Amino acid sequence: MKIIVLVKHVPDAQLDRHLSGEDYTTDRADSILSELDEYALEAALQLTEARGGAKAGNQVIALSMGPAGAVNAIKKSLQIGATEGVHLRDDALAGSDAAATSLALAAAVRYLSADSPVDLVLTGMASTDGETSLVPAQLAERLDLPQVTFASELEVDGGRVIARRDSDTHYDTVEAPLPAVVSVTDQINEPRFPNFKGIIAAKRKTITTLTLAEIGVDPSQVGKAGSWTAVQTAAERPPRTAGTIITDEGDAGIKLVEFLADQKLL
Amino acid sequence: MAKVLVFIDNPGQALKKSSLELLTIARSLGETAVAVNGPLNDDAAAALGANGATAIFRPSSDDLDAYLVGPKAAFLAAAVASSGATTVLLENSFDGKEIAARLGIKLRAGVITDVVAVDPDGTAHKSVLAGSYTTTAKATTAVAVLTVKPNSVTPETAAGTASPEVITVDVPESASAVAARITGRKDKPASGRPDLSEARIIVAGGRGVDGDFGPVEELADALGAAVGASRAATDAGWIGHDAQVGQTGKTVSPQLYISAGISGAIQQKAGMQTAKVIVAVNKDAESPVFEIADFGIIGDLFEVLPQATQEIKKRKG
Repeated sequence: MKIIVLVKHVPDAQLDRHLSGEDYTTDRADSILSELDEYALEAALQLTEARGGAKAGNQVIALSMGPAGAVNAIKKSLQIGATEGVHLRDDALAGSDAAATSLALAAAVRYLSADSPVDLVLTGMASTDGETSLVPAQLAERLDLPQVTFASELEVDGGRVIARRDSDTHYDTVEAPLPAVVSVTDQINEPRFPNFKGIIAAKRKTITTLTLAEIGVDPSQVGKAGSWTAVQTAAERPPRTAGTIITDEGDAGIKLVEFLADQKLL
Repeated sequence: MAKVLVFIDNPGQALKKSSLELLTIARSLGETAVAVNGPLNDDAAAALGANGATAIFRPSSDDLDAYLVGPKAAFLAAAVASSGATTVLLENSFDGKEIAARLGIKLRAGVITDVVAVDPDGTAHKSVLAGSYTTTAKATTAVAVLTVKPNSVTPETAAGTASPEVITVDVPESASAVAARITGRKDKPASGRPDLSEARIIVAGGRGVDGDFGPVEELADALGAAVGASRAATDAGWIGHDAQVGQTGKTVSPQLYISAGISGAIQQKAGMQTAKVIVAVNKDAESPVFEIADFGIIGDLFEVLPQATQEIKKRKG
């Protein structure tokens, strides 16, 4: 099996995050592998391990698009168990919106399919910085592939992918022929941590750097020029300030209701 | 006058509040038409007309629900072409965002998700980075596709009365050729409580409920509220994942959010800090949730919540 896992290097959501520059792009200091991508990587590893793992010729390619620092997300993925890494890196990519990002990633997937076909493109349910969930669907549209998104269970059998997808009102079973673009939720598995053996093994794994020219994308198709949306203004929301804090002395439930009544919330 | 197309997937017997909100925004932007997938009964059609829809576009095929996302995007693309709309509005659900995503590529249109307001010139307002920034953004393309969060506007009734013209648009057969097929569907049992994403009031429980959501549910029912949960509570299996509020669950902006036994770490905060009023009950005075609470109670939720429930019932007689 040949699986491409999309991994993104994002600002750590546990820390304060900022927008900066005239186009209000995300400040990428203190970045890490997006937590939600670890579920996609784990799903890929489970699928390939069930088929004999890397020894049996299965490939899990961690593909990241991003500036120099994004190589750290790839390295972490290799430590966790991806078999190889690909870093799509080009100054012209800076400021790409979902449409431009999906264009570049689609070209990279096609490039990586040239020697042997890809079975699955696996992604997280969203990036923890952009949070739009647009890229998996847009990638599927650009590659003309079925999308099997927000999977909370996943199996591959007889050239088909079968997934469970939950909505607010029902549980669906979704099926599509391979190749397909699949996004997974944080309900699908418990991602593993890199162990010492994995960290040592990662040092011997290959990371290939690709430029736009190599994957046949013109710089005008990506970045700010190739994006179809533009952020116009951004303002930091004033932090919420603490209000009244009381310690329960036996009547806090009643005080709570009085507060709600004062706020006209009853 | 600008033309706006609102997508309503399976309107059912009566229009949902979120659909009325989309129609309210659409009318503020221009001449409004609606694209409807699924059965459309006379009452729903009349309600669309009464809410200002001048035309209703319907797909030539009635099996779009058998597929995931792709064919619905193809239908909507055909409806946009037929209507000449320059703005498309959809719900901000998983499906809504993904239909918007694929529609955007088909039409070469910019897509903006999580929108909470739209100016007459098409500028969209939204929060980013887990509610820590508010931004305005605009599509730079001929057509803009926007997914709008529930509770963003108060639905208003319109002066429209005429029965709207119904137009059938062809969905290309190729649309379903490469789409994932929905091969099984099981309805979730209805809780009888308001939908979490649309609720005006939410009562949420976390690690502190220690397996017992009873006091949280009773307070929610006394207030007519939805029940939410932190990831710790859903991961422990005390309540379904649907109830999860937070970075990987639902992002909510209710009028009132009552947090009980939730520490309020970033995962949770990301999903609820845009609530208008936050009330927190927690035994631990050091919980980060107290930094953002308008009213905080350091105390045992198993005492405070039932007392509050009793008091509300007493007041409501």
